[in-house]
Parts: sequence; C-alpha cells; structure tokens
Amino acid sequence: MNSLIKPAKSASFASTNAVFIGRSIRHSVRNTEALVMAIALPIMLMLLFTYVFGGAIQPGGHYVNYVVPGIILLCAGFGSSSTAVDVAGDMTNGIIDRFRTMPISSMSVIVGHVIASLVRNLVATAVVIGVALLVGFRTTAGIMEWLAAVGVITLFILTFTWLYAAIGLVAGSPSAASGYGFALLFLPYLSSAFVPTDTMPTWLRGVADNQPITPVIETIRGLLTGTPISDVAWWAVGWCMLILVGSYIWASWAFNRKAGRR
Amino acid sequence: MVTAMIEVKGLRKAFGDHVVLDGIDLSVPSGAIFALIGPNGAGKTTLIHILSTLVAPDSGSVRVAGHDVITDKEGVKQSISLTGQFAAVDEVLTAEENLRMMGRLCGLTAAEARRRAIELLASFDLTAAAHKRVKTYSGGMRRRLDLALSLVVTRPILFLDEPTTGLDTQSRRALWNDIRQLAAKGVTVFLTTQYLEEADQLADAIAVIAGGRVVAQGTADELKSRVGGDVVELRDENDEIIREVPTGSSIREVKMTIDELVRAAPEGSRVNIRRPSMEDVFVALTTKELEESAI
Repeated sequence: MNSLIKPAKSASFASTNAVFIGRSIRHSVRNTEALVMAIALPIMLMLLFTYVFGGAIQPGGHYVNYVVPGIILLCAGFGSSSTAVDVAGDMTNGIIDRFRTMPISSMSVIVGHVIASLVRNLVATAVVIGVALLVGFRTTAGIMEWLAAVGVITLFILTFTWLYAAIGLVAGSPSAASGYGFALLFLPYLSSAFVPTDTMPTWLRGVADNQPITPVIETIRGLLTGTPISDVAWWAVGWCMLILVGSYIWASWAFNRKAGRR
Repeated sequence: MVTAMIEVKGLRKAFGDHVVLDGIDLSVPSGAIFALIGPNGAGKTTLIHILSTLVAPDSGSVRVAGHDVITDKEGVKQSISLTGQFAAVDEVLTAEENLRMMGRLCGLTAAEARRRAIELLASFDLTAAAHKRVKTYSGGMRRRLDLALSLVVTRPILFLDEPTTGLDTQSRRALWNDIRQLAAKGVTVFLTTQYLEEADQLADAIAVIAGGRVVAQGTADELKSRVGGDVVELRDENDEIIREVPTGSSIREVKMTIDELVRAAPEGSRVNIRRPSMEDVFVALTTKELEESAI
C-alpha cells in the first residue's frame, strides 16, 4: 500500500466543535432575512407593547418597566426557534451522512447550531435592552444584578435552543420543524410576561403560575426592576435545568436513532 | 500483496418486513475499482450505508479495512470517505469554505487546509467559482465539489454512490480519469452505478445485485462470457435494429440463428454479429433472478 494512504488523523473534539460553531455562525450571518427579523422583531414588539397596548394595560404609564423581561423572553424564544429549522435542514441534506462517516464527534453539528443561536439571541437581547432604555425603561440593577440577569437569560436561551434542536431532529422536514416550533411560542403569552397572573381567570392563572416561563420572567423582573424575587429564582433555574437536560437527552437519542434508520 | 479491503459474508438487512439485502457475499481486493450494479431498489445504497457505518446490518459479517462495522465503527471511519448519492455539500458556504471546513475536520491545520483547498479547487476546475456560494452552482459543479470534499485527505477506501448520475458526458469522463488516478495511487474505490458502460470501462471487478443477492461477480469479460456466446443483430436498411438474438459462439449456432432470421427478415436488411455488451449481461442476469424470485 502506498505510504501516503493511511488511516488519517482527525480533528480533536475541541476543534471539531470550533469548526461547526464557525459554520453555524456563518450560516446565521448569511441568512439575511432571519437575521433582520431577529433584530427587527424585538424592536417592533417593544414599540408595540409600550406605545400601543401599554396605555390601556397600565394607564398610569411605566408599563415599559413591567414588560421588558417579557419581551426579552419572547424574542429569545422566537430567536431560538429557528434552530429547529436549521437542524432539520441539515438532517435532510446529504451532508450529515458525510459528517457521520468521519471519525469525529458528529453530534457537534448540533452543538454548532446551538452556540450560534446563543450568540444570535444574546445580540438580540442587547438590542431589546438598548431600545428599552431609549423608550424609558428604568432599572434599579447594579453590576451584580445585571450579571445575574444575563446569566438567567443565557440559561433560558440555551434551554429553549436545545429543545428546538430536539424538535428539529424529530421533525421530518424543515417546514414541519417550523410548525412544531411555532406552538411553543404561545407559552410566554400564558405567563406573567405581559400582565400579572392575578388578572386572569382562576383556571388560567393556575396554568400561568405553574409553567416554566413565569418564574424566569419574575426572576429577571426582580433583578432588573427590584420587585421581590424570593424563591422564584430557584424555580426558574430548576425548570431551565430540567428542560435543558431533558432536551439534551432527547436530542442525543434522536440523533443516534436517525443514524440507525437511514 | 493483495488483501481484501472489504469482506462481506452472509449480510442481511430488512427494513420492517421489506428484505433489502438477503445474504450478500462480497470481497474487494486492495487498490481495486469495484462496481456494484443492479436495478433501482436492489439495495445498492443500503449496502454502501452499511459499509460506511451509517446503517447497522441485521446479520452477517462485514469488515472494512479489517475493522468490523459494528464493533469497531471508529476504525472503519478512519479508513473511508463517502460521497453519497445526493451532493453532500454546504450550500450556504462557498466551495473554498466547504473544502477548508472539511480540511479542519480531517485534522489539518488552518494553513494546511487552505493550501489543500486551493489545490483541489484547481484540480476540479472550480477555481473561478471558489468564492461563490454553492447554492448558485450547477449540478456538475456540485458533484465535482462533492468528490473534492471526499479527497481532502486520502483515505484507503473511497465509496461513491452513483457518482456520475446527472453529469454530462464530458464531466463523466473527467471523473472516470480522477477515479483511475486514485486507484493507481492505491485507493480502493467502491462505486455503485446505473450506467453499465461505466462499470465496463472503469471497474476491475463488478458485482451484479438483484433481489437482495449477488447474482454474478467477476471482471467485465468474465461476466460477458457467462452470458454465453455472441449476439446476432438484425438491422433494417436504415441500420435500425429489428431484433437482437443471443446465441452460442460456434459457427453452427450462429448459422442456425441467422437461418431462422432469414425467414423473418424484410427486404434490404442485414445482420451484424457482436460480443455481448454489459447491457446484455445485466438484462440476462437480473431478469433471470426476477423470474426465479417470482416462482
């Protein structure tokens, strides 16, 4: 056998991840429509809730101080949902077969999409906060509260991105992935994101108080505007960790199962 | 030293009730170009997926470069590259970015990957389009990039699933040359094809599969001689074929066939005697198998 042809070395785990993260970030930057939407939607929602609905919901003004955490999460949820489409697109293209037959950690393709989503959504969050400050959002947070709030938002984005990645893996096509993902986007509306839950009918209040988004929102609200947090922070972190671990296991299972089937 | 790079014994695979591979035995020597031909749905792609660890076999023993495809997947993956049936390229990236990404994944440094990308772009005639997104490429350009991606590093075995489907004649011949050069360097090439001419021209050994089984295996000439003797063609005055009759190669058999054709032959027609083509082999072998499985 020719000496040039030997079983080749392959990339380390770290550089495999780095390559796929770079790939997904390139994809994000080149998908102009999605990128514009990810930046424009938060701004539109912020203006809509502050100037159109705000007066009716809280006639005294300062609704902006109430709604900012809700808009951050709504946008993060929307922004993460495109991960389902990206992942489903990769799984239906022949490129995944190529990655799978290489001596690398092929699950890193998914990790690349997740990290790109995290970066995209943190940028969108920064835009939301910037616009919020322009339209009159006033925060009581010091540096520690800001860091804690960014930590919670990061955890939330990671959690929902992995959930969407798993949805993308089990969906048959990118458009199916987009459809399933859409259903999840109603969750923030059934929470304390836009109105306090005690204004809702009792049965709905039960749902809103006990779903994962409400404690996350109350935690961010408390950190940024000084409302009481008490033990909701633990609920927020607990819910996120539970969904994150569950989604990661689901995604790994779906990824390996697809390998055996095709 | 000739050793078997791919060794398949008693391989079976079913998807639910549908038996795709029903006891496959194959052996591919090192450095050979091996072509797998068979009708659509014969299980060619499934076999490539099993050999490249994408799909697990139900039973049988499958060894690739000496590694078992179930117990030593990593060993197999280190020895192969796969070009699947559908161009496995990243459409959002440019050709150069695709090649550099693959280089990095194959363990090259950034500088090595860049250098290798430039070499491959040149040898696959993609330099002019190197910085355009693959989305804008024609089918032939995608296919060339696809093959280039499989060659970023040279592994001992190259799997090509219908590599020339959708290519024009010129690109097909160029690809055949590339494949021959790789084999000359010692790479074992395992390809599937629908084009019998491709198998005939390119392959050192051919296996015909039908109904989930290998119905014949050998060189192109061996397969042709298995079908028997010559073929007598009856052509009309415009040189259009009226009938093709397979016959033995002895003078007596050929004469008898021609005598029979004389009765049916229209005015102005003529005969032509030729060796069987791969197409005759294919039709003879696969229809025989289909008839047997229908009983």
